[in-house]
Amino acid sequence: MRYLADVTIKLKKGVRDPEGMTITRALRNLGFSVEEVSSAKKYYVLFEAEDDEEAENKIEEMCRKLLSNPIIHDYSYTLEVKG
Amino acid sequence: MGCPAEIIWYKDVGSLRMCDAVVIPGGFSYGDYLRAGAIAARTPVMDVVRDMAEDGVPILGICNGFQVLTESLLLEGALMINEYPKFICKWCTLRVEENESPFTSKFDVGELIRIPIAHKEGRYYHTKEGLERLNASNLIALRYVDENGEPNASANPNGSVENIAGILNESKNVMGLMPHPERACNSLLGSEDGRRMIEGIIEFIKK
Repeated sequence: MRYLADVTIKLKKGVRDPEGMTITRALRNLGFSVEEVSSAKKYYVLFEAEDDEEAENKIEEMCRKLLSNPIIHDYSYTLEVKG
Repeated sequence: MGCPAEIIWYKDVGSLRMCDAVVIPGGFSYGDYLRAGAIAARTPVMDVVRDMAEDGVPILGICNGFQVLTESLLLEGALMINEYPKFICKWCTLRVEENESPFTSKFDVGELIRIPIAHKEGRYYHTKEGLERLNASNLIALRYVDENGEPNASANPNGSVENIAGILNESKNVMGLMPHPERACNSLLGSEDGRRMIEGIIEFIKK
């Protein structure tokens, strides 16, 4: 089956996020009352797997081995069957 | 410098194995996609570099090369977008923190040297426990400092934790640094301090 993973890579709590801080300031300059902006990256991964379990194992491994850096990132994903 | 050097194509793994030392230079591998150095770190050639590192071969990663070494897990920590998120190119004063590696043997501990930086993703980061480990094992090689040798916030060009500019692996044969020693090899260019780093490597491999 084909699966589509929607992967989000976020900075771990406590890791400084200059991009988010800069955007926060820009939004405030525009008059928005913003407490905090955090930046994150999204990847959409289309791949083949036998079943849900295998799909989950595969995307986990992709996140661990390449998409995230465990020192600075947390990752999360949703999986959708694409038929 | 009296030592033959070759530029090795990343697929020419056989020639790489013949080398006595490896320098992974700066630049932009794979367009810095994903994270700087992340994709280069997972190419087959890095498996060879990892083997060589285990055999004690000196491996120096400069700028993007440092990013490749952290992403390869040959060095601890990570390099992130500068605190002020833009490209910085300027001369920096660095304090040598240890001199027991091939790269730092030509310096005195506490010595101030001048080497320029040129990067956007050079903010060194590591966890609290990681930093404690690096400090305890004396693996922090270089810090950004002011003219008085103080590693304060005003001397920190990119927001690196503890003003760290360069670090070593546990056996001190792998070093990564954001400053460019190759751009500080001639007094006409402003400094010869970087040259001493390369001299240290040559002296080590000739022994």
